Amino acid sequence: MHVDLYERIWMWGAGGIVILFLGTIGVATVSQGRLPPSHVETIDPQSVFADERFAERGVTIHPDGSAEVIMIAMMFNFLPNEIRVPANVPVTFRLTSPDVVHGFQIVGTNGNTMVVPGYVSQFTITFDTPGEYLITCNEYCGLGHHNMSATLIVEEGA
Amino acid sequence: MIHNRRLATANIGVAIAAFGIATFMALMQSLSRASLDLPWRSAKMYYLSVTGHGVLMALVFTTFFIMALGVAFTTSALNRPLKWPRAGWVAFWIAVVGTVMTTWAILWGKATVLYTFYPPLQAHWAFYVGVTLLVVGSWVWGAVVIATYLGWKKDNPGKPMPLAVYGILTTIIVWYLATVAVASEMLFLLIPWSLGLKETVDPLLARMLFWFFGHPLVYFWLLPAYVVWYTVLPREAGGKLFSDPLARMVFALFIILSTPVGFHHQFMDPGIAAGWKMAHTIATFAILFPSFVTAFTVTASLEVAGRMRGATGWFDWIWKLPWNNPLVASVLLSMIMFAVGGFGGAINAAFGMNAVVHNTAWIQGHFHLTVGTAVALTFMGTAYWLVPKLVGRDLELSLLAKWQPYLWFVGMLLFSISNHITGLMGMPRRVFEAGYGGSEIAAQWSGLTLVSALGGILLFVSASFFLLSMLGTVLAGRKAEQPPLEFAEPLEGQPTKLLVFDRVWAWVVVAVILVAIAYAYPLADHLAMETFGSPGFKPF
Ligand code: HEM
Ligand SMILES: [Cu+2]
Ligand SMILES: [Cu+2]
Repeated sequence: MHVDLYERIWMWGAGGIVILFLGTIGVATVSQGRLPPSHVETIDPQSVFADERFAERGVTIHPDGSAEVIMIAMMFNFLPNEIRVPANVPVTFRLTSPDVVHGFQIVGTNGNTMVVPGYVSQFTITFDTPGEYLITCNEYCGLGHHNMSATLIVEEGA
Repeated sequence: MIHNRRLATANIGVAIAAFGIATFMALMQSLSRASLDLPWRSAKMYYLSVTGHGVLMALVFTTFFIMALGVAFTTSALNRPLKWPRAGWVAFWIAVVGTVMTTWAILWGKATVLYTFYPPLQAHWAFYVGVTLLVVGSWVWGAVVIATYLGWKKDNPGKPMPLAVYGILTTIIVWYLATVAVASEMLFLLIPWSLGLKETVDPLLARMLFWFFGHPLVYFWLLPAYVVWYTVLPREAGGKLFSDPLARMVFALFIILSTPVGFHHQFMDPGIAAGWKMAHTIATFAILFPSFVTAFTVTASLEVAGRMRGATGWFDWIWKLPWNNPLVASVLLSMIMFAVGGFGGAINAAFGMNAVVHNTAWIQGHFHLTVGTAVALTFMGTAYWLVPKLVGRDLELSLLAKWQPYLWFVGMLLFSISNHITGLMGMPRRVFEAGYGGSEIAAQWSGLTLVSALGGILLFVSASFFLLSMLGTVLAGRKAEQPPLEFAEPLEGQPTKLLVFDRVWAWVVVAVILVAIAYAYPLADHLAMETFGSPGFKPF
């Protein structure tokens, strides 16, 4: 099979770009642990409020300074609807849904996860800029979807 | 010569009708997102409309158009009629019945679940049964095309099949691999659940099956567009196909790489281990390769065309191309937008960056470049060229047809750029309006949502030009002998020897093995885990 010289060069270049892209992602994954939220944990969506993991919601500060946020995403609100966390410490979010699929995005940050009923979403993030952040539901969940939001306040060193 | 013209015409007619309805919905949506107060505007209407627009554009317009192309291209390239013409009509009618059921459920407000229909949002059963019938119809169509090809092969042993047929077969194979998953989702989960035969479904299992289908779905749309780029465009532009064997290589790579990639739509999902997401990322980037090769081969074919039209310098071949030919203009503009969309796709597919753009307006900016332009505008361009041949009439309102691709391009630039930017600023997709109770952060998006609305208006005008020209052609076009449907000659002449890429069934085996590796294990893992189902919800 005859392949034109320029096309041959182009194909090597294209192969190189693909490898470069994958390499970049690979390095970020291995060296900085940049993994998408992939926590595997199940929960019965029909008894979320009774489940001890979600019976009490809100922010807990651990002795080492890190924070944990327990939240429920439901039609059409987040519980609790306003949270305060300290800046510059790892904050672990744990979320689930008692009804349909929702999204959870902290606008202006990398904080983004799907919230799927029957599963617990979990991810950890550190906020270095104090201020008020908008949290949106970014998956269609019914006619109130565009009203489903919450507020995150990141406070200067606790 | 095109055989079975009536069948192809019927299919393309349904496709264009679906496109027309979806266009009206699109106009309303882009205005609504800019918080423009329209008289009949409501959240209920908005989400109903987005469901209708998504289903009619992404599933109905594309599938019927591709069925029409499959019939017209296969019969012309092989120069023989369909082997089972009646089955071709059966396919058409099954798909029509399915489309009517689904559209009924949507318009009557019983299925506002969007075109992704993620449970536990629960639609009326007619929605799911309708989509399933549309798929079943397309299966029968695929079988008819394959049977026609096999008949030709028997009569022409040892002869490589025409490239156009290779491309259509690739499309059908990718579609069969993909639809196994959505059919399972429908038959085992959603249909029994919506009928009340099953109390609950596992929403994550449904999502895994949906995206097993969902990514090869995009290649089902894109491959026929590539067939046009490779086999029609060079000839219409006045040139030849630069490399026939590499085009075959590209199609073979799509057969094997289209499916084991679906988790790149689920990076942000809980319940799927990061290792599997990484594995699908590798295949996702590998599949950039055949598109890069396509970019070269098609551009080189255009250069050949420009030189055959008298260009001599480095770049003047670009201006020598017939930019006033609606097919050529549509495809060239589609290709430019697809280049941008492809780079956006590489960003979406990168683990870390996906967290910034996932489910934001960026995504709708992205896929209106890819399926909404690279595919849809190519199809519109193809229609200007194909419909006159199907109905034996001259293209009517051809001035509109000449301007329409450019108007689409400008409208889409405004629509897509503004949505990419608001997406980066955090504006979600699929929202009726984005005010968030006067939030200051949300207020920053509002200027750009107006730009997006303006883009939507231009797109609507462009789509109307297309529809008028099509309607005019079918109803009032001058009856006249049309040139036959012919394909581009390869620069090196028609292939005479079979290449490794022509061993389609061997590639299918490789594809099945890759799919099994990429999905069988994670699905088995998932099914082995204790999971809890969800009952249905109808918050619409
Ligand atoms: C007439 C030009 C078009 C305009 C103005 C337009 C506009 C829009 C708008 C405003 C949305 C809603 C976005 C949201 O709320 O998230 C949307 C969604 C969508 N559009 Fe278009 N669109 C057009 C053409 C197309 C074409 C040609 C296709 C594909 C062939 C397409 C496929 C889709 C899909 C699949 C969705 C997603 C629906 C969902 O998120 O569930 N659109 N479009
Ligand atoms: Cu929502
Ligand atoms: Cu994909």
